[in-house]
Amino acid sequence: MDAWLIGGVKSLIVIAMVLQLSALLLWVERKGSALIQNRYGANRANFFGVVPFNLGFLNTLIADPIKLFTKEDFVPAGADRFIHSLAPFLALFPALITFAAIPFGDYVVIGGTTIELRAVDLDVGILYVVAMVAMSVYGVVLAGWASNNRWALLGSIRGAAQMISYEVALGLALVSMVLTYNTLDMQAMVYAQGELIFGVLPAWGFLYQPAALLIVFTAGMAESKRVPFDLPEAESELVAGYFTEYSGGKQAAFMLADFAEVVMTAGLVVTLFFGGWQVPYLTAEGWTLPFMDLIPVTGWIVTVLQLASFTIKVLFFCWLQILVRWTLPRFRYDQLMNLGWKGMIPLALINLFITALMILLVGESA
Amino acid sequence: MADAPHTVDPKSSPEIASDGFSEIMELQMGPSHPATHGTIKFNLRLDGETIVGCETEIGYLHRGFEKMCEQGTWTQCIPYTDRLNYASPIINNFIFVEAAERLLAITPPERCSYIRVLLSELSRIGDHLTCLGMGAAEMGAVTVGFFMNEARELIYNLMQAATGARLTVSHGRIGGLARDLPEDFEQQARAAMAKTQETLDDCERLLERNRIFIDRMAGIAVLTPERAISLGLTGPMLRSTGVKRDLRKDEPYMVYDRFDFEVPVGTKGDNFDRFSVRFEEMRQSMRIVDQAFKSMPEGPVSIDDPTIVLPQKKDVYENIEGLMAHFKLVIEGIRVPVGEVYFAGEGGNGEVGFYLVSDGSGRPFRVRVRPPCFYGMSAVSEMVTGHAIADLVATFGMVNMIGGECDR
Repeated sequence: MDAWLIGGVKSLIVIAMVLQLSALLLWVERKGSALIQNRYGANRANFFGVVPFNLGFLNTLIADPIKLFTKEDFVPAGADRFIHSLAPFLALFPALITFAAIPFGDYVVIGGTTIELRAVDLDVGILYVVAMVAMSVYGVVLAGWASNNRWALLGSIRGAAQMISYEVALGLALVSMVLTYNTLDMQAMVYAQGELIFGVLPAWGFLYQPAALLIVFTAGMAESKRVPFDLPEAESELVAGYFTEYSGGKQAAFMLADFAEVVMTAGLVVTLFFGGWQVPYLTAEGWTLPFMDLIPVTGWIVTVLQLASFTIKVLFFCWLQILVRWTLPRFRYDQLMNLGWKGMIPLALINLFITALMILLVGESA
Repeated sequence: MADAPHTVDPKSSPEIASDGFSEIMELQMGPSHPATHGTIKFNLRLDGETIVGCETEIGYLHRGFEKMCEQGTWTQCIPYTDRLNYASPIINNFIFVEAAERLLAITPPERCSYIRVLLSELSRIGDHLTCLGMGAAEMGAVTVGFFMNEARELIYNLMQAATGARLTVSHGRIGGLARDLPEDFEQQARAAMAKTQETLDDCERLLERNRIFIDRMAGIAVLTPERAISLGLTGPMLRSTGVKRDLRKDEPYMVYDRFDFEVPVGTKGDNFDRFSVRFEEMRQSMRIVDQAFKSMPEGPVSIDDPTIVLPQKKDVYENIEGLMAHFKLVIEGIRVPVGEVYFAGEGGNGEVGFYLVSDGSGRPFRVRVRPPCFYGMSAVSEMVTGHAIADLVATFGMVNMIGGECDR
């Protein structure tokens, strides 16, 4: 019974975290793009003029959902009503639950029970992530198919081709990470990154696998379908792509799914390459700086610092994706396929080969 | 195909796509589509993402400009010309009045010509900023669009200072200008130009050396010089193919022959050349603006002829000659001698021509416009056939179709 309770609470925390972060990103994206483009950005929403401008994000967080969910829920004539309604959930659901395998902290001991700080204590976390990422294609394909709209169909075909192509590269890059850490357990990967190289440098994944970092980050951005990979929606080309015929809450679900995937990509990159929740030189006992004595830190402060470390890293990579989104123009379909099949997959294969070779020659690394 | 794995409706009997069994998809892009902004429709036939047929439908913004001009006096045509190419309204203004002045066989004062050149070039920068910024935004580089919009805002502010209006300027008058420049216009303009220069440098860094952007633009929608000439293309679209034709150089009007500027040309005639030519033209226009300020003479901005130019308000109120001249000009209009003239100048998109016929009354007998982007639009079909939908958007952006000008 205890396990059910703990699992439920942890799942709730993770779902709430992803949802809140996604909703916050909606505001960060507007305000951030405004910063980049020298304009004011979202500053219209307020409570009858009472809440001042600098709390605008609170209002936007409330105003946006209200606006979206009070719109008419429109289903076009000739659409398959069931699949049309199902698609947004199929898009949103995998995006939200992928985070379950990603550890956001070490463990805490409450009343004698040790609680791992991740939603599910999966020892095959990486496989789960790959499976869930693959699931998210269905929402896009079904949305386009069920809409009875040629723009939507074009968008969903683009989306399917893009997401499947980039999953291959993503998967191959993840395999090389599995080889590096010699485990499928993401928590174990984070523990491995707590070590020090030569007793000086934190053993973060990007030092071992820079090419894999590039591939995972790029493929992750392609999964979230945002500029420069926003071909499935490509506003100026396909009106709104696969969700052309969606309005109100269902459209909000698609938008939220995109942002949840942004958070997921950030979480994945942080966990695999940037030490997850690890704070450099901080262990359970305290600061172990190189060439210095141990500075003891209380256990719960360590946990808080680690949680903060994870959050800050995830936020940074979310922001990085927003920055890229507002800097680059969109790919064309053939460019995208070229990059995927002729650029990233060969790179991932070579990387995998070199990784395997190194492990064979040097022995178990990390 | 008999062995096609689906039943074909014999009534529509669709064509078979290149993979041997799927159908060609017909898609109507526009008029209500984000890229066609309500003014145009493409009837596309698609083989997957590839365009195998493109039919361009124009006319969604037809307002009967030419007929409207016949209803009013010559001066009353001027506000209509603002609504032709609304990205650079003042150029249309000036080309129209220059054409009318040729019918009247008058030459405006020197200062007037300099101001016309100055404002035309400022407006040309604004036109290209609109075209390139919106083109880039449609390709996903929204930030460049906003940067360029910000620079265009500075040009609008200058227009407001000089003419009192931001878009519907109506600043040209037959025989002169509505008013002289404000006193501190040079400082304002120089400050704006300096900022625009910075914006251009930023945008160049963001786009002109961006791999994605270059790959999307280079080699797409290529036109040969011969084909461009036979299609009647002018302006940046013609120059991008390598033909060095610019009416400001080849058939100088106003006082363009006194300025030192280059005519940038492309080499391949693709979208990237069209982009680069416009980009470089903005820099050249800035040179002209700079020179115009340096060599601008003093003096009146309108000729001294009461049968053509409205008298000062003081004269209208205080003496009978002024009042009569004002009355006759407003009620009857300028008496333009019988005759016809075709005059063309270099607009933002190319050769903006006015063919004017006068029957000797105060109203034009016929006004005909040669809109440059009309000819550009006629080239779109053959430019995009064989390319992807994404290329159609980029090509359409680089044609810079302005509904008001194309449809009149």
